[in-house]
Amino acid sequence: MGDLITLSGNFLYLAFILYLIATFFFAGTIRDKKTEGTSTFSSKVAISLTILGFISQTGYFITRWMASGHAPVSNLFEFTTFFGMMLVFSFIIIYFIYRLNILGLFALPIALLIIAYASMFPKEISPLVPSLKSHWLYIHVTTVSLGEAILAVSFAAGLIYLIKEIDQTVRSKRTTWLEIVIYSILATLGFIIISTTFNALNYNATFEFPFEGDISSVDYQLPPLAGPNEGTLLTTERMNPLFEVPSWMQGVNAARKFNTLLWSLITGLGLYIIARAVLRKRIAAAIQPLLKKTKSDLLDEVSYRAVAIGFPVFTLGGLIFAMIWAQEAWNRYWGWDPKEVWALITWFFYAAFLHLRLSRGWHGERSAWLAVIGFAIIMFNLIAVNLIIAGLHSYA
Amino acid sequence: MREIKCDACHHINREGTELCESCGKPLVEKQQAEGKETKKLLNMRYDGSSRRSMTYNKSVVDRVWNFFSSVKVGVTLIVITLIASAVGTILPQQMYIPQNVQPEVHYKDQYGLIGQIYYQLGLHELYSSWWYMILIALIGISIIIASIDRVVPLYRALKNQKPTRHTTFIQRQRLHSKTDDVTDADKHTFISNLKRMRYKVTEDNGHVLAEKGRFSRWGPYVNHVGLIIFLLGALLRFVPFMYIDDFVWVREGETVVVPDTNGEYFIENKDFIIETYGDSEEDTRFKEALENQSGPIAKNFQTNAVIYRNVETVVGAEPQLEKFKEDSILVNHALKFDGFALYQTSYQLNEFKSMSFIIHETNDADETELASFKVDLTNPAEEYQLDNGFRVMIDQYFPDYYIDDGEPRSQTKNPKNPAFVFLVYPPDSSEPEVSFAGIGRNVDASGENQYKVGLQDFEVRDVTGLTVRKDYTLPILGLGGIIFMIGVIQGMYWQHRRVWIHPKNNGLWLAAHTNKNWFGIKKDIEKAIMKTNINMVVDQEQEEQELQKQQEQNK
Ligand code: HEM
Repeated sequence: MGDLITLSGNFLYLAFILYLIATFFFAGTIRDKKTEGTSTFSSKVAISLTILGFISQTGYFITRWMASGHAPVSNLFEFTTFFGMMLVFSFIIIYFIYRLNILGLFALPIALLIIAYASMFPKEISPLVPSLKSHWLYIHVTTVSLGEAILAVSFAAGLIYLIKEIDQTVRSKRTTWLEIVIYSILATLGFIIISTTFNALNYNATFEFPFEGDISSVDYQLPPLAGPNEGTLLTTERMNPLFEVPSWMQGVNAARKFNTLLWSLITGLGLYIIARAVLRKRIAAAIQPLLKKTKSDLLDEVSYRAVAIGFPVFTLGGLIFAMIWAQEAWNRYWGWDPKEVWALITWFFYAAFLHLRLSRGWHGERSAWLAVIGFAIIMFNLIAVNLIIAGLHSYA
Repeated sequence: MREIKCDACHHINREGTELCESCGKPLVEKQQAEGKETKKLLNMRYDGSSRRSMTYNKSVVDRVWNFFSSVKVGVTLIVITLIASAVGTILPQQMYIPQNVQPEVHYKDQYGLIGQIYYQLGLHELYSSWWYMILIALIGISIIIASIDRVVPLYRALKNQKPTRHTTFIQRQRLHSKTDDVTDADKHTFISNLKRMRYKVTEDNGHVLAEKGRFSRWGPYVNHVGLIIFLLGALLRFVPFMYIDDFVWVREGETVVVPDTNGEYFIENKDFIIETYGDSEEDTRFKEALENQSGPIAKNFQTNAVIYRNVETVVGAEPQLEKFKEDSILVNHALKFDGFALYQTSYQLNEFKSMSFIIHETNDADETELASFKVDLTNPAEEYQLDNGFRVMIDQYFPDYYIDDGEPRSQTKNPKNPAFVFLVYPPDSSEPEVSFAGIGRNVDASGENQYKVGLQDFEVRDVTGLTVRKDYTLPILGLGGIIFMIGVIQGMYWQHRRVWIHPKNNGLWLAAHTNKNWFGIKKDIEKAIMKTNINMVVDQEQEEQELQKQQEQNK
């Protein structure tokens, strides 16, 4: 059993490396003389590596399933990793429809970030509580991630469109928002860097604090900027928190999570400032020249097509299968718990997107912004609702 | 009704028609695509057929109709609902706060001023508020009216697909090209290539229409019908007969009537099972995760149940039970029969079933048994005739004993903490001694009792809590869901593509239109004209945009 787990971990690691190398080959296609849509040496190597990486990650998935006895989509690590895998899968599908190399340069790093992000969560295999023991759980979770992953490809294409099309000669609201989008990606990277660093240092600080009439304790793996409300530090030789979180922050781990968020934002800001200092211009402005030979209307088309394909898959997984499972497990198909509501919000949002596009002619830049917002909603549901708003679904 | 006669083909069109339904020639001056600056291209929405909301706007009915048929209004409603839904997740809804607290106190205590405002605005029950319901209803109305407003012209447009089109129509399509000299062989190759790509080809006097995926145009209407059916299904929840939600406790070994079945069905709890992780061999794989948890993790809750049917038809007579179905009820596995479903939702471990007492002399240190009796706690007898001439009567029974202001009371009717006031009649005596006995309690109220009642033994059993559901709306919701999915896939994964071939002297004019995915139709045409000298179509919209861009840069 232990061997299977190790093997599974190695497969995942290999997949990560392959995606990383593939990204560099996709970057190499920028310098190819030929126009987008034709295959070159670089692009052939890049997509082959991507596919190999995907196969390796599938190996991870199967071996982990064998080891745990259930589909590995049941805790945050497994679920988020699977989402990354589906993102690569969706990219491969869209790639073979449009052969847009530049898409790989954006979609793969996003997948890499997501997989790295996943590995920050506890990785041990965990048992299933009775309500999660259902085939509908697997069916629901896998289809919903596939749907969201396809919608994420739409975000990648939309982002490229915006970086290419937005006028960078003058500063405007649009350039600022675009930088904010790029900054949030950097903040995710910041989270991974800072967590890995302090993990390697074996940092730990334990707090005690009153919680629901009892004394609870919480372990910080990052230096406490924000401590628990009315908490006392137990570990010696650790910094005291700069401030305490307000009392309405609910949950045993609320303060620790908030502290992690702060660290991510600060590290992200550091990365952003360094990048600006090196580039001496807005990050989007620095990327823009690399996109010269990419056709805008093709990007627009890809972004829309991904929504057109992803929306039905998402509806099926995120609403219909979710309702069937909820009916089986909790005898109510809909209960207005935050995770469900955010799935509904996502669905409403993309319905609005489709109507605006089909009936009101929202193409190009507007459509690209909508793709970005849609992805923000999906990420909010995946991460923030789990971490901040606890509900029936919160695995962690 | 005003009618419009086409000056090219003399076809009579309905009021409001923009492109002649027969030949496609524009009938109005300003015929251009919504939201696009181009003057050149035709607005091909519903092929220019007359739409009610675009034609009339006099009466109140017209105005209401026009309001709801606007996509702008529809999208606005969706966005408002979306934002409202998000607001409902800022703080937990009332159903997710602890059951035993006052909401108005809870929100204020836990979340301060924000919580108080949230509560006062009624946001703690947002999803069942009247205004949220109205929003959903308005979306429903909007879907219905907008769909009818468009499905009529769409039907008229798709019914009349003629190969012959006016030259203006051909020239003002987004995809268009002219080729001066085309051999019959080339034209033939082109058409047969299109056919190979599953285009349906109709020909009329050299004019050709190749068409594919027409059915996808109905997709949005099919999916909207699905949505409406779903909404109606959800609404039917409020009709009493359609939906039953009840709950029943069943003790191990007991058979009770299933509520809301009019005494027709009974359920027996043969055994209730609870399992946690770590007990079995194969759970070792979860060792690490289990060690990181403070408490045990539940693995299974299960009731082994038998359903009986009452075959006695006389009302009021003793029921006659016949075994109907035997199955286990698990979380995620309900027991279903005759439209009912029983769900495993709750349990109570180790409820007392019976208690055995002995009687001994108060000052006998060995507590030698003089007589003994057993009380069935769910159905205790009033009087017990015992050995050696003893007699015991139950004066008071507290199934769930506690002290309220010095007074003994029972918290519930379930024997969770049973206690008794016994009247013990010694042999040949008619004067009883009063004795109080319970778990770990044995009180002699008078202090003068000669005999004492002592607890000797007890039996326990588990109780299962089952939710009883009957929901006739589920099939309707399912149907709505299926129709919605069919409609969305139909409209999303296929597109309606049309290619027109218009003979012109020795050559031909080409025009093409699709409702979406222009990339795809261009690819089709590229493939179909390969090895012919027919010119590839030009994307006139793109051309125009690029021209505009250049002009702006030149400024
Ligand atoms: C949440 C509710 C809704 C959902 C999920 C939904 C779904 C859809 C979908 C998937 C399409 C096809 C879009 C495409 O092919 O790109 C569509 C088209 C359309 N919807 Fe909705 N819709 C909803 C509400 C509404 C409302 C409130 C209106 C009212 C104005 C409306 C009016 C339309 C119209 C006019 C079309 C275009 C039909 C055509 O051009 O043939 N929808 N809808």
